[in-house]
This record gives sequence, C-alpha cells and structure tokens, in this order.
Amino acid sequence: MRTAAAPAPDPDVVIEVEGLSKSFGGHRVVDNLTMRVRRGQIYGFLGPNGSGKTTTIRMLCGLLTPDAGRGTCLGMDILTESRAIREHVGYMTQRFSLYQDLSVRENLEFVARLYGVPQPEAAATQALQRLGLEGRGKQLAGALSGGWKQRLALGACILPGPDLLLLDEPTAGVDPQARREFWEQIHDLAAEGLTVLVSTHYMDEAERCHEIAYIAYGKLLAQGTVQSVIAAAGLTTVTVEVKGEAGQEAGRLARDLARDLSQRAGVDMVAPFGTALHISGRDATALEAALAPFRSDARLAFRADAPTLEDVFIDLMRRSKDEMR
Amino acid sequence: MSVRAARGGFFTRVGAMIVKEFIQLRRDRVTFATMIMIPLLQLILFGYAINTTPRHLPTAVFTHENNEVSRAILAALRNTAFFSFVREVKSAEDAEHMIRAGEVLFFVEIPAGFERALRRGDAPQLLVAADATDPVGSANALAALAGVVNSALVRERFVDAPGSAAFEIVQHRRYNPAGTSQLNIVPGLLGTILTMTMLIFTALSVTREIERGTMESLLSMPIHPVEIMLGKITPYVLVGILQALLIMGAGMILFGVPLEGSAILLAVATLLFIVVNLSIGYTFSTLAQNQLQAVQMSFMFFLPSILLSGFMFPFSGMPLWAQWIGEGLPLTHYLRMVRGILLKGSGFSDLTTDAGALVVLMLVAMAIAVARFRQTLD
Repeated sequence: MRTAAAPAPDPDVVIEVEGLSKSFGGHRVVDNLTMRVRRGQIYGFLGPNGSGKTTTIRMLCGLLTPDAGRGTCLGMDILTESRAIREHVGYMTQRFSLYQDLSVRENLEFVARLYGVPQPEAAATQALQRLGLEGRGKQLAGALSGGWKQRLALGACILPGPDLLLLDEPTAGVDPQARREFWEQIHDLAAEGLTVLVSTHYMDEAERCHEIAYIAYGKLLAQGTVQSVIAAAGLTTVTVEVKGEAGQEAGRLARDLARDLSQRAGVDMVAPFGTALHISGRDATALEAALAPFRSDARLAFRADAPTLEDVFIDLMRRSKDEMR
Repeated sequence: MSVRAARGGFFTRVGAMIVKEFIQLRRDRVTFATMIMIPLLQLILFGYAINTTPRHLPTAVFTHENNEVSRAILAALRNTAFFSFVREVKSAEDAEHMIRAGEVLFFVEIPAGFERALRRGDAPQLLVAADATDPVGSANALAALAGVVNSALVRERFVDAPGSAAFEIVQHRRYNPAGTSQLNIVPGLLGTILTMTMLIFTALSVTREIERGTMESLLSMPIHPVEIMLGKITPYVLVGILQALLIMGAGMILFGVPLEGSAILLAVATLLFIVVNLSIGYTFSTLAQNQLQAVQMSFMFFLPSILLSGFMFPFSGMPLWAQWIGEGLPLTHYLRMVRGILLKGSGFSDLTTDAGALVVLMLVAMAIAVARFRQTLD
C-alpha cells in the first residue's frame, strides 16, 4: 500500500534505523542508535533527561539531519525523503507547539488545510467531537489547561490521518485521570493500525507499551517487550520488610539497613518503599552472600521478588555511567 | 485504517498560512491599532512639523546710513519673507554677539557710503552673515538674497537695468514653485512609514514562531519554505495597502498633495515597494535568532534608508559611494517614483529603471530568505 522508492525488507516494519548518530557542539547526543518498530505497535521510548530521546524522534521525522547512519520511516529514507515522510507522520512536540493565540477550532482547521484534508471545517468538527472538545472550539488554545492542551495536540496530530505517531513526552505534567484516558486513546489508535512511538519517564506508561527501548547517554541499552527487557537485565531482587516495630522505629531500622547493605559487595541497588527495602543485585550468589548475615534477624522478613522495570532501568543507567568513566 | 487525505496543493497550504496569520493579526489588537495609528500620527506630526524652507528667520540689521538705498534693500529682504528683522543694532560687535547667542540667524550690514559707491559703480559690499550651523535652514534664504537685492535696486533705479555689467540669478523652483516642504515630505513619509512597518512586521514573523516553539510543529508538517514565506507576506501586503491609502488620503486632504500622474501607476509602484520591504523583513527574520535581533536588523536597515535615500538629504549631494549604497535601498527608488508620479506626472516610461531596481531587490531578498530558511532544527 505504500508507494516507496526503497521498499523496506519487511512491509510491516514502520521504523528501521541503523547507526544513527547526532552531535551538538562536540557533544554526542545520539550514538550509533539502531532500532526497529513494527506496524501497529506502541513503542515506548524511555530514558533519563537529555538521553537523546527527543533528538532521535526529530531525526525520524526529518527535523534534524543525522551526522551518521541511515534508516527508513514508513519505507521512506529519512535522509532523502523527509518531506514525504512528514505527510504521513504526526509529531507531537514535548512543549505545546500549536498556536496559543488561535482558538481550538482554528488550530485544527489550520492543520487540516496544511495537510490538504478535503473538508477542513468538517474535519475539525469531527476532531472536536472525537476529543470531547465540542464546547471549547472557540476557546483560545493558550487558555486551555495542561490536560486539554495535550488532548488538543494529540487531536491535531491524528487529524490528517497519519500512519505513524511520534509523541514526545506527551503526558508530562498531566493528571492521572487525563493520562489514563490518553493511553486508552493511544491503544484504540494502535488497534486501528496506527504505529505509535512514545517517549516517557513514567514506568507505568512503559508497561502499557507493546515494546520498549531504553536509551541513556545517547546509547540504546535495552530493547524488547517489558518482560524480555526485565529478564535480559538478569537482576535478582529481594524485598525485606521490617515488621513488628512502631512506625518511626521501623523507618530508622530500614534506613540503617539500607545504608549498611548498599556498601556491601553484591548489592547493586537498594530502594526504600515505606518500611520495605527493594534490594537488587546482578549476581544472585553474591547478593545472597551479602544478605546472609541479616537472615537471622527476627525483625526482618525476606521475600524473593521480581525486579521492576524501574530497577532494571536504574541499573542499566548506572552500568552505562560506569562504562563511560 | 485512517482516511488518507488527498494531498493538498500549493494554494491550499499558502491559503492556510494566510488565514492563520490574519487571525493572529486580528487578535493582536495593539499591533493592529498601531498599524493604523502610526501612519496617520506620523503624517500629521511630521507633515506639519518638518519645514525645510523655513521663513521669518530672525535677523539683525546694522545700517551705517539711512537712505533710500538701504531702505529699499531692507524692504526687499523683508518681502522675501525669509527674513524677519528683530533688532537694529548699533555695532558689528552687538550683531556678532547676537548670532553667537543664537538670538538671530542672520546679520545684515550695510556699510557706510554704500549708496555713493553704488552710484559710482564701485560694486560696494553688502555683508550678510548667516549662522550656518544648520545649513538647511539658512541655505534657501541665502540663495534668495543676491537676486532679491539686485532686482530691488534695479526697480528703484539705483542701478542700471540688468544686461551689461549687472547680472541676475534666475531661480526656478520647478514642480514645487512655492518650495512647500509638505509636497516633498508626504511622499517621503509614505515611503519611510511603509519601510518601517513592513520591515518590522515580517522581521518578527519567523523569529516569533521560533521563540514560541510553534516552528517545531510547523516544520514537521508538509509545507514548503516558499509557501510559509508567501503565507506570511500576503496579509501584510493588505496592511501595507491600507497604510498607503491612509497616508495618501490624509496627504491629499490635509496638505493638498497633487496627483499629477496616474493613480494606477502609483498603486503598482506602491505595491511593488510594499512587497520588496516585506521580503527584506522576512529575510531578516530568517537570519535572526530571536525577535530582538530581528528588530535590530530592521533598524540597521531603516536608518540608512532614511538618511541615504534622498528622503532627508538631497541624493545628488552625496559622494558617489554613498549614492551606490543609496541605490541598493528600495526607498531611494520608491521616492523617485512616487515623487515623479505625484508631483511631476511621470509616466511608466520614466520609471522603468527604478521599478526594475525594485524587482531585482525583491528577487534577491526572496532568494536569500528561501535559501536561509531553516527547514530543520539543526
């Protein structure tokens, strides 16, 4: 169905990039990035601030020219066919980038006209209904609250009927209710065949994605389904619960234990959750050896646990930081 | 799957930009009001205030003798309306002091024995000292002097009729016989006001999108830089036309500026001039990093436009290199055209050079703008 000059090896692959690099002022923001996204997938793009997520997204839609590497987006070359790519891609920027001094409807009509949608007014009306913004058509976009702005931005992105959505931290600063609705909408769109690449900081959002990629310091550190990424990290996690103590006493005990454990070999991470500690290590035997002296303490309850995505990501980030040194 | 829209054409996208720009313009009430008020206020203010042929300039007189000749000379000077005799002084030192203090701009001294020397044909000297710190102010009065005095003396039969020894300077103030400044100022203001407003408005247009973050969105959509440029320029063409109509209308009603030539020619020349300035402003917009830089660039361009175009100072009086700079400014060419059409009744054949120059300037500016427009965020 796509009339591309250079056909992708697999028609179901929407994004395929290889060795993508980009530097700003001598600082390498994206380093030799290779990734594949299949059609109809929700692909989560995770990583700390300044890890190169936005830069990668901008290179995909032709807003930035890669220094090195090649790739296709919807079967079109990201280096030579970026103009054609733009017609089929909806890009939602991190910062609200529609016109604040235009009304909601005027913004939607503007987008519809730029993409050559046959009946811009009707398309805008339809989009307003779809977004639940019927009553706010005449309101200036700048006067909308954060959640509504985000809704409008997404509406403007999907109005021209793109095949690929690139969403750059779409839910930053949006309340949980709006976030949930947003993700429901993303899943509906993916079910219709739209491919979605979404960058986020939130772990719960990552777990809503079909596949995720974790990027830090410009390097792709892990890629795959949530389960496979967690499994591949090879972390062993143990939860220690402080029991039978008064609140304050339990808290102090947990804190002292956390300090003690984090110094020991075999313990890579200690994260407190209330009066419980989440202790992870890459080497299961070493972790067990580190925990052994505390096993006899009657105030502590040990329980083998599965590492969370957050454990995995923090571990990945630390490891890559160590490598950089 | 999603409804794939039929790909829109060039005009659809330019149209979308125009509509968007118009709405934004309409929302920005202050800017909109300034666009209407600036031309009117400036025209009225400068039209009434600026006068390059000032009259009734304060003058001191020091006559050593009081007779028919001296009275005739003074009467003739007074009749020019350039001079207004405020004081009669008793010594040259007094007069010098008054000039230095700025109390008078001129000092006329009729020496002793002037009449006798005149009758003997000795060509006596008549001293006129002028405060030339403001050359424009004194030049016209000085220029009128020799002829006026001579003809006065001839009329009173103190000297022979001109022909043999005496000579007369013949002055013709063509197209503006009265030397009325407004006739020159109004077309000039039309040009400068259009230059300023058109430059600034478009100079801000691209940088504003960058500063507000909307450029990122715009660039990710399928629109070509040429389409963005045309979409941003077109609404201001209409604003420019509105301003031109206001200035011309007020100029005709308030100052009686004539329209000797064709109104259509004037409209075409003005339209061309508006588009040239918008293109240049747009070019600045693509070169500047932010709105402040864009405004600074506009002023860097605006100042020479006022000073070197022939609006304030005579073009032919400038050294050659300055004239070349002047030739590179749209205002120079527009002033020639608009003065020609309004005051001289010039036709199209008289204006081809200047019109051609404007077209070249416009194409150069547009080419730079499109080439410089950053299609990416690199």
